Amino acid sequence: MLIYEHSRPGRMARAQYVAAEGVSPELANDLGVHARSSTLGLPEVSELEVVRHYTNLSSKNFAIDKQFYPLGSCTMKYNPRGAHAVASIPGFLKRHPLAPLANSQGYLSCAYELQNYLKDVTGMQAVSLTPMAGAQGEFAGVAMIRAYHQKRGDHDRVEILVPEAAHGTNPATAVMCGFVVREIPVTKEGDVDLEALKAAVGPRTAGLMMTNPSTCGVFERQIQEIAETVHEAGGLLYYDGANLNAILGKVRPGDMGFDVLHMNLHKTFATPHGGGGPGSGPVGVGARLAPFLPTPTVGMDEDGTYRWLDQKDIPDTIGRLSSFMGNAGILLRAYAYARLLGAEGMNRVGEYATLNANYLAKSLEKAGYALAYPARRATHEFIVTLASEAKHQHVTAMDFAKRLLDYGYHAPTTYFPLLVPECLLIEPTETESKAEIDGFVAAMTQIRQEAMTDSALVTTAPHTLPVTRLDDVKAARDLDLAFKVTA
Amino acid sequence: MAETRDNVRYLASHEWARLEADGTVTVGISDHAQDALGDVVFVELPEIGRTVQVGEEVAVVESVKAASDIYAPVAGTIIGFNDVLDAAPETVNEAPFDGGWFFKLQPADDKALNELLTPADYRALCAADDH
Amino acid sequence: MPFIPHTALDEQEMLGAIGVPNIDALFDEIPGNLRGATLTEVPSGISEMALQRLMDQRARLDEVDLSFLGAGAYEHHIPAAVWDLVGRGEFMTAYTPYQAEASQGTLQLIYEFQTMMTRLTAMDVANASVYDGATALAEAMLMAVRANKTNKSNRIVVAGNLNPNYHAVCHTIVKNQGLILDVLDYDPSSGCLPGSVGAALDDAAALVISYPNFFGGLDDVDYLTDQAASAGALVIGVVNPTALALIKPPGEWGARGADIAVGEGQPLGIPLASGGPYLGFMCCRQQFVRQMPGRIIGRTVDQTGQPGYTLTLQAREQHIRRGKATSNICTNQGLLVTAATIYMSLLGNEGLRQVALTAHAGINALTDLACQIDGVTVRFSGPVFHERVLALPVDASRVVDKMAVRGVLPGLALGDWVTGMAHCLLVNVTETKTAADIDLFARLLAEVIEEVKATC
Repeated sequence: MLIYEHSRPGRMARAQYVAAEGVSPELANDLGVHARSSTLGLPEVSELEVVRHYTNLSSKNFAIDKQFYPLGSCTMKYNPRGAHAVASIPGFLKRHPLAPLANSQGYLSCAYELQNYLKDVTGMQAVSLTPMAGAQGEFAGVAMIRAYHQKRGDHDRVEILVPEAAHGTNPATAVMCGFVVREIPVTKEGDVDLEALKAAVGPRTAGLMMTNPSTCGVFERQIQEIAETVHEAGGLLYYDGANLNAILGKVRPGDMGFDVLHMNLHKTFATPHGGGGPGSGPVGVGARLAPFLPTPTVGMDEDGTYRWLDQKDIPDTIGRLSSFMGNAGILLRAYAYARLLGAEGMNRVGEYATLNANYLAKSLEKAGYALAYPARRATHEFIVTLASEAKHQHVTAMDFAKRLLDYGYHAPTTYFPLLVPECLLIEPTETESKAEIDGFVAAMTQIRQEAMTDSALVTTAPHTLPVTRLDDVKAARDLDLAFKVTA
Repeated sequence: MAETRDNVRYLASHEWARLEADGTVTVGISDHAQDALGDVVFVELPEIGRTVQVGEEVAVVESVKAASDIYAPVAGTIIGFNDVLDAAPETVNEAPFDGGWFFKLQPADDKALNELLTPADYRALCAADDH
Repeated sequence: MPFIPHTALDEQEMLGAIGVPNIDALFDEIPGNLRGATLTEVPSGISEMALQRLMDQRARLDEVDLSFLGAGAYEHHIPAAVWDLVGRGEFMTAYTPYQAEASQGTLQLIYEFQTMMTRLTAMDVANASVYDGATALAEAMLMAVRANKTNKSNRIVVAGNLNPNYHAVCHTIVKNQGLILDVLDYDPSSGCLPGSVGAALDDAAALVISYPNFFGGLDDVDYLTDQAASAGALVIGVVNPTALALIKPPGEWGARGADIAVGEGQPLGIPLASGGPYLGFMCCRQQFVRQMPGRIIGRTVDQTGQPGYTLTLQAREQHIRRGKATSNICTNQGLLVTAATIYMSLLGNEGLRQVALTAHAGINALTDLACQIDGVTVRFSGPVFHERVLALPVDASRVVDKMAVRGVLPGLALGDWVTGMAHCLLVNVTETKTAADIDLFARLLAEVIEEVKATC
């Protein structure tokens, strides 16, 4: 039932009514023609009904707090409660973004230090914390590349190169920044085709967007040659930080030759996913792009006080990306996470994420699954292809994913990257125990068996959830996007 | 094996174009295309009177898993579109060569259709695709 | 090592199963010269207890007793149940609902949010939110250019009394796609757009109206909407959700209503939190739904005919359409949407009206008291919603600094925001301010103004 279906005229949560004595509707008479006469159309329910309704709704969700979530490229690690708690301290929670500097030193000190930590782990020269999600971070990065070439007076560089396995945000972002996208093929081993890249770069190349490890779940071994190729042609190299968890504390994008990057704090720095957001996508740059950073950033004066750096300080900035200064509450959680982990903890992240992924890959291979790149090391994630199962048992990756839900596991990422057919992209993260991973392997082994002996069980899964498979064709054809109340 | 029709020409991007008796050209997508797309949920069609160049994006066909652009096979002026698709987009899946047509145009050059793929060429293309 | 559960035995068994001697061997595909980075800026890890103590200290530095700051982020009472529920692990640590059957809680909730936003704004459809109000506006501009079939133009006319930060964000986002933002100046005495727009809207893809505007004022939305319609331009309304409890929703502007409505959802149960995370809502006319970026939830049925909820219209989004997507947006502000939906359910029609009414009465009461101070006047004539610009006889930023020292943030000094308004203060009153608070404001303001005058 919808909250609207609980609604009854005259029901109310009286404790929430704030009208002090003497505040009568006549006080709005000065609004004249501006006054609203139509009903607001919100539900009318009691407080207990609200609490019960949303508590019950919450129990219909899968969540990291409840189950293993091996979603490739999403880094579903534990979201530390301690980070949430400190971000919610009243002094932080109630601070207005436009408060004077004298009343902002607490927040600013955390933001400033976070900028330094992020520079350190990525090997970059400067950081802006303002982009509010990975996609916005990408936008900032590509916009800075554009600003850099324009400032040099080079207006011919209209192309951005993207590996064909790249995440959809990459080409979408390039187009949003006014570029034309050119795809570079990926080899059978999962690396960017260096020869094809060499043929594609030239005076029209503004830059190459990629990630390392790549979306194929393997390390781009020729990254230094790739960087050289792009730089020699006069282009810049952009790092999509989605897979930073694999190398956190072990390898730095700046050392690999990247000029600009974005990070996904909601992945690598364990900030909560909240059912779809918020994220946070800070950007880091080398010296060449530092003049173009999105504002505001945080600076420190000689006397140790912190202040905002804006257009006056960074005159060639690409500009402002958010009404205020980014997802501050998320930045505080990331700061807390960095303090809890410390430098040694950061090292461990890359190590144990990689250990878990390799162990899981090997275990699944022993259970009969086909790895997409069996000769390569897994990084923090790896790909399994179900092409054979699809062909012989007519059971698809989608079916396996749905059946996993019945076993109490959230499915891995499916059908990405597009170039591996019927694939599952699997990322356990470092916060999962061996026991949890073994349980997942047992479930996958069972499902593989089911696919061979009783495939209907898999192709019609899930069976144990609040709903069975949903008709998404109907959802797109007969659009029902808001509840229509019959008056 | 997907159905092909012999009274039409094809584009490599899987549109078909049929020269009608009155010299107009009807355009739609092939059986191979509708199968690859899956259930069609929406079709965005061009306005009548619009002039288009060959290869210009003229329409969009949307399924749950993809949204594909439809290109003008020849240059000309749009003179009609299939308004059945608004309420019944599934017609594209059910009858891609017949009731599921997208739009009609008045070609600038009535010989232009000869530049397109023949049914045999198109069948060969699809066979290669299926591997 | 915090959050890593492996025992030495686990590690040994896992390495054995993989067939390598140590974890380092798993990195052997990485060129040696790239490995061995040492972190120099990140200090050693601390315990949660030490972290709490450190952060308590820092947070204390930022506490104030009373604040009248608004300008796009507003202090409202958030019912205790809101974040108690939002903080449940099932909401907070859930992922994007790509596996719909495992996410019916989040999906149904977002559908309810979409429903509430369409009702509040009186528009046909709403999406599942974007990052914040400013980016929602930027996306609306891009959407208007795509969707306007009458005026095929790259020109957007923007109200001069729009929040300057919103304008700046839009400029950053749309300039690389060739959009031109033309400012429509406001009348200097009313702070509102002029009573006659002439040919300013001809051939524009859209007109952006802010209601209330940055100064708290209320423009003639009916006239402007009708003018835009006859010029073939779409109307984008930038609105405040609390205000919509008292003032006309965009779907009811003029003869046809606005085409797209966007705004900042922070007032709906989301704490100020130093500026984010917030939520940008987007609503539009039914015919434009396929041009709307971001995620959208639709209701459908499952195999047994039972109703269920799922992400829909995904073919327009980046992960499928890639270079031809409506936007590169991936995220919606799920957690904040959860808070806003629960807030709106708790308050209901009457509760939200009371919040708005109390705020409205408050700003008027504060204005009356403040204008009794010698030299303090109202800068713009006309009615406002919960914010007003006061003109002071001295520099406003000095007043702000002196009042801050006394624990009170009196509002936003506009010198850095609007040319020629260095003596102006944008003051906001919400339902959180009592009569005693307002009295204190007026008393301190009078004192501080005298102090500043004395030092001139």
